[in-house]
Amino acid sequence: MESKLFNLSLSLKVIVGISIILWSFIALFPLLWVFIMSIKLPIDSFAANPLNVIIGPNTLKQVGGLSFINLIFLCFSIYIYYKFFKSREHYFLKINNLTNNKLISFLLLVVVFIALFLVLFLFFNTHIANFLNNIFKYIPFLKILSKPLIGFTTQHFIAVWSENEFYIQFLNTAMVTLGVVTISLTVGTLAGYALSRSSSVIAFWLLVAALVFRALPHSVLVTGYLELFIDYGLYGKKIAVIILLVAINQPFTIWMLRSFFMNIPQDLDEAAQIDGCNPFQAFWMVIMPLMWPGVITTGLFSFLLAYNDYLVCALLLDGQSQTMVPAIMQYFNMETTMTDLVESIAAAASITLPLFILVMFFQKQIVSGLTQGSVKG
Amino acid sequence: MNKKTFLIFTMPSFMMMVFFIAIPLFLVFFQSFHFKQDILEIVEREKCDPFGCKTETLKVPVLDEKGDRTKINIWVGWENYKNILKFEELNSIIKNNGYSWSAIQSIDFYQALRFTITFTFITLPFVLFFGMCLALCVNNLLNRLKGPVIFITLLPFIITPVIGSLSIKWLFIGDGIVTSLLEYILEKDIAVFAKAWSIELLVLFYRIWHTTPFAFVIFYAALQTVDKDRIEAAFVDGANRFQRLRYIVIPHIMPLIVFVTLIHLMDAYRVYDEIVGFGAEGFLNSLQWMTYDFLRLDDSGSRYIGRASATSMLTMIGIVIILIPVLRRVFREQKEKKN
Repeated sequence: MESKLFNLSLSLKVIVGISIILWSFIALFPLLWVFIMSIKLPIDSFAANPLNVIIGPNTLKQVGGLSFINLIFLCFSIYIYYKFFKSREHYFLKINNLTNNKLISFLLLVVVFIALFLVLFLFFNTHIANFLNNIFKYIPFLKILSKPLIGFTTQHFIAVWSENEFYIQFLNTAMVTLGVVTISLTVGTLAGYALSRSSSVIAFWLLVAALVFRALPHSVLVTGYLELFIDYGLYGKKIAVIILLVAINQPFTIWMLRSFFMNIPQDLDEAAQIDGCNPFQAFWMVIMPLMWPGVITTGLFSFLLAYNDYLVCALLLDGQSQTMVPAIMQYFNMETTMTDLVESIAAAASITLPLFILVMFFQKQIVSGLTQGSVKG
Repeated sequence: MNKKTFLIFTMPSFMMMVFFIAIPLFLVFFQSFHFKQDILEIVEREKCDPFGCKTETLKVPVLDEKGDRTKINIWVGWENYKNILKFEELNSIIKNNGYSWSAIQSIDFYQALRFTITFTFITLPFVLFFGMCLALCVNNLLNRLKGPVIFITLLPFIITPVIGSLSIKWLFIGDGIVTSLLEYILEKDIAVFAKAWSIELLVLFYRIWHTTPFAFVIFYAALQTVDKDRIEAAFVDGANRFQRLRYIVIPHIMPLIVFVTLIHLMDAYRVYDEIVGFGAEGFLNSLQWMTYDFLRLDDSGSRYIGRASATSMLTMIGIVIILIPVLRRVFREQKEKKN
């Protein structure tokens, strides 16, 4: 009965399959294409024949490319990294047994992740793989494995990051996002907790006001303060952007955190208070340890808002204090040659890569965050 | 939780919203009736280079004793609004051309209004429809494939909007891959970024591509909560697959369809990043883009804060209209709770 009911007929199966393949292609293609274009010479990046863009015959001829060995190494490293991430909790517990401090072991784990990344992609994939390439070159039948197959050049990335000093913009973005995430989570968790535990009229009005504020165009808020910020010398300072982005983000943050807090039974705080905790102790020592998944998810969305913002940063920052996204647009506007264009494509790829990794690792949290707000609210 | 602890806990967030959302709103309201600008004076200066000297005129801000720029800030009443709405021009256009939409759109504000509204309401049904289809498809997929498909689906949603529109733009510019393909098929030259309508089509496509994943995730989560027994009962009663969808699944997830609609209306009404990403400002204009444009330094080095405030106020009228039905529902529910 069950199986017959929920199984699809053959024709429906075919339709489902085709739609999924088509959608995956449409969703992925523009982004993937940016990456492919960014590692080719301009003449290949804008070739009319898609195969030429993918293989890059001119890039192969002039710069060289990735051999079969390189590709195997690349896939292997990504697999290893992913596996390591999947069992992160296991490693966390192991480190925690040694250090007995959660914060230190968390930081250690982050360091290990970064170190692994550097080892895999800056050493393993370049030096070791090239070493193997050089050896295989002299072995008669295995020679084919070391023959470059796909054109590959990092020159645009190097130009963007070192010559055009994109790292300055990267650091600016890092500071802005870090500021926004920490402040909005600190302020938001307190409010979200209180709102989830109260059914008073004030709480209701606060939530309704937040809903209205959520709908405001961001330019309205910048309009109000731009003049004052300029007069008091805050123009070009990151703190101004951080404050505005936190304010823009606040309504969304408190709604989301509130719905996460609603999942934690209220009996827990009552029990804690009977045991002699004051409300703040109950919040910090009993409720917060259970809230980390919700905090991480909300933090992810705050991060995305700050990282993706164009409007506020473009209006309040300039020159050296600019973040990555507005900077790339200025870059793009002054582009004159094909090389400049491919360099701005490389910059775009550099901005996208962290988001790729983010979705890969935090897919579950993103989905839960999106559904939390709707199902509960 | 007693009142005092509640106030202490919510105070930082409340202050944040008052100081950086509510107060700016009042400021915007006042600014929209003022004209604020640096006072500029025209200075003639002799500029010499090896080929001789010539005088040039420069606009220089007047400085006061302290060395700050002097500013004027005068009450102008409805002047800023008139400057944007341009009723006189509108009247003469209507007199000469009748109610021709394309003629009216030569005024920036009406063009922005037209685009923002059509953009918001054209993308909505597509997002709902594709999101629903995708959710139904993924729901019927093998469990092993669900993870990767959801991963791919989330990407367009997570990606920086400006970068996402750039990545689509690069497919369509002069010698981009899709343009090459279209030219090969149609055997004629195509310039997507030379016509307003083709850019508008791309902008619409981009937004649908960007928001469908959001609708998908919500609907997909909702589909997991549909009562299987009811579907089985309907099956026994002889309902076919479409009828089961129509009469059981859709009513069950209706609140979430409303939710997605609301969020989409709010977000699409703010359309802005696409215009930056596609470099479409020469052809298209949205309400938020207009505000941004007034706030930017123009060639003479001044910002039109007053006009930006006036556009902001006009933009907010639209927000209020979108929110009225929602707020009415919220208040009704609150009243029922009290009774």
